[in-house]
Amino acid sequence: MSTDLTQTIVDPVLEVANLDFYYGESQSLFDVSLRFPRKQVTALIGPSGCGKSTLLRCFNRMNDLIDNIRVDGEVLLNGANIYARGTDVIELRRQVGMVFQKSNPFPKSIYENVIYGLRIAGVKDKALLDETVEKSLKGAALWDEVKDRLQQSALGLSGGQQQRLCIARAIAVNPEVILMDEPCSALDPKSTARVEELIGELRQDYTIIIVTHNMQQAARVSDYTAFLYEGVLIEFGATSKLFMKPQHRQTEDYITGRFG
Amino acid sequence: MKRAFWRIGEPMVWLSGTALSVTLLIALVLLVVIVSNGLGVFWPSNLVEVRLNDGSVLLGEMVRSEARPEGAGERVQYKIGNRQLNGLDFRWVNLDDIALTRLPADAVALERSEYGNFYGFFKEVDGGEIAPELQGTERSLLERLLAKMEDERAALIKQSEHLNDVSYAMEELRLKRVRYDYEVVAADDPQRLAVEKKEGALKERFHQLLEEQNRLSQVLQSATVTMTTIDGREKTLIAADVLRTWQPNIMTVGEKTLFYLGKLWELFSAEPRESNTEGGLFPAIFGTVMLIFVMSLFSFPFGVIAAVYLREYAKEGTVVRLVRIAVNNLAGIPSIVYGIFGLGFFVYGVGGAIDRIFYPELLPNPTFGTGGILWASLTLALLTVPVVIVATEEALSAIPREMREGSYALGATKFQTLIKVLLPMASPGIMTGLILAMARAAGEVAPLMITGVVKLAPVLPIDGNFPFVHLDRKFMHLGFHIFDIGFQSPNIEAAKPMVFVTTLLLVLIVLVMSGTAIALRNRMKKRYTFGVF
Repeated sequence: MSTDLTQTIVDPVLEVANLDFYYGESQSLFDVSLRFPRKQVTALIGPSGCGKSTLLRCFNRMNDLIDNIRVDGEVLLNGANIYARGTDVIELRRQVGMVFQKSNPFPKSIYENVIYGLRIAGVKDKALLDETVEKSLKGAALWDEVKDRLQQSALGLSGGQQQRLCIARAIAVNPEVILMDEPCSALDPKSTARVEELIGELRQDYTIIIVTHNMQQAARVSDYTAFLYEGVLIEFGATSKLFMKPQHRQTEDYITGRFG
Repeated sequence: MKRAFWRIGEPMVWLSGTALSVTLLIALVLLVVIVSNGLGVFWPSNLVEVRLNDGSVLLGEMVRSEARPEGAGERVQYKIGNRQLNGLDFRWVNLDDIALTRLPADAVALERSEYGNFYGFFKEVDGGEIAPELQGTERSLLERLLAKMEDERAALIKQSEHLNDVSYAMEELRLKRVRYDYEVVAADDPQRLAVEKKEGALKERFHQLLEEQNRLSQVLQSATVTMTTIDGREKTLIAADVLRTWQPNIMTVGEKTLFYLGKLWELFSAEPRESNTEGGLFPAIFGTVMLIFVMSLFSFPFGVIAAVYLREYAKEGTVVRLVRIAVNNLAGIPSIVYGIFGLGFFVYGVGGAIDRIFYPELLPNPTFGTGGILWASLTLALLTVPVVIVATEEALSAIPREMREGSYALGATKFQTLIKVLLPMASPGIMTGLILAMARAAGEVAPLMITGVVKLAPVLPIDGNFPFVHLDRKFMHLGFHIFDIGFQSPNIEAAKPMVFVTTLLLVLIVLVMSGTAIALRNRMKKRYTFGVF
């Protein structure tokens, strides 16, 4: 286990310690330990079914929605275990936003989509809401395209615009971490490029953890990369180093396309 | 070769296509029969004078002709009216027996408030006390007298409405007094004295009004119209009983259309007459619509809430599975069983309890412990709630998981997700369930017959008397109306056209209500459908 580099990351925003994860009887994560550096992009790569999405969904406890799961070990957000008894999951999800594989705007107006997180938190100040909408849409590089039709249905946007709207929706609640679960897998190359560019801009304010199938994408957008295989963290390191000089055989096989 | 033929699946296409066509065809034939029979009812047919070979003569509207059941040749049915004189107002005539037919220009048809139509010829009018100046044998006098009667009758109706209000108020006071008796309130209690005093005043007013009405109606009875029949008999009719007069043989198409529209308006707006075979259907239309409306008011929220619990909150397992099976099977129980349950549980159980608690002074006379529109609606709601539950569950489960997760990921609670995302997105599906439920409820008659529907309801469940909505009242219903006039009427032939009209109306109401719901659903669908890439 190459945890040497992990130890060198001080003040991590998110730290995973000896995490085991079970779907019913079958274990899908084995003793994963990992530190995510603040305001950096970390990519989780690995073949299908290696547990990278499961790991990602542990960070905002999205897995809680599934019956019959068990989590052992700790996930520390700024030093506090989010799996500790009495954790406010609502508050946690406000700090750890998420963007999904398939864009999922709500069947509401663009405006209402962006402020959804604030609305459910009970924010009613119109000026604040307006300001947030503009700021978030600008942050998601969507403002110029939609500023004249904020009250129109979000479902009228293109796939790429919808995905950026989902990003705007996530940053509207001002999270610390943004989880991205294969955010470009349903997009065409042009929209993909747009979102990748956006990820590059977002890293100035947010910590981003991105799951991707696409090794080129991982190489392009991330600062750090973690490689998982069959539920085990095989290697973690700076992206340039991991892609150039992988320490493990399996990592090398995977990134050179020998399996996956 | 042969195997290839089967493998391609062509026969299946033909089979399913044929099945669909047959189904559609049957439905279409049914509709055509209803529409063609229902629409023609109010058209003023010509009055045919028929001379028979044996020298007798009759005047009437031709209804239909058919092959003689006993042998060769055809026979024709005429509606000859004049029930008091002839006993029957329909007559079959063998085509072979007819010597001559013609359309006498001066033949007059009178629609009366009793005894059906009168067909014959005008002789003279006598204006009586109402219009002493209208005396004589001139044809135009008849029209003038009838116009005059119209005004008088309107005045009388207004008067009787007044009378009804007073009698309603009196009844309320009587009930109050009965309550005082029951609670043994002292005879000199000031409240009680006030009620008694008020009651006394109303009683006086009531008798005054009654006398006035009697006088008015006596005056009204004094004007008469004398007619002769085709075979020369004379009949003097009370003018007030004549509702309409027309001479179909000399009416133009335009005049006939106007007449038709007038009758149609009467159908929608007026109350039934002559044991429901004549007049309008307003109370039945009103009852049907209100029944469905009240039913939706119960079954919609209950169904949706139950489905939300089943789908979103209940833990999947044996119990939930059993509940789901039970719900699905509920939809298959014969509706009369629901009716019996409604009678036993709602009417006798709940209604009886309400009576014992809130209206003990009136017992053994029931207030809620008897059939009424509330209990009928609840029974129907019970019958249709499975449809709403199933549709809502389907709609909720069809929402992609990403939508829920998207909401949760932004820090929404389960309830917020439900209200803000899931229910709006499921609303088109829920509406579909409601449409199905409404259509099902509109067609049910059996459970209503034992939970509150009546042949003739004297008052509507909504009126101008406080508290305006009277859910304890009995009501009329188009479906029951069809059964009643079609199979329980003393004069089947006279009632037959009304059966078709009522059926047509019921079909139309279902169509309009579900059409509205479908339009609403499509609007929702437009708003909440998923974006596609």
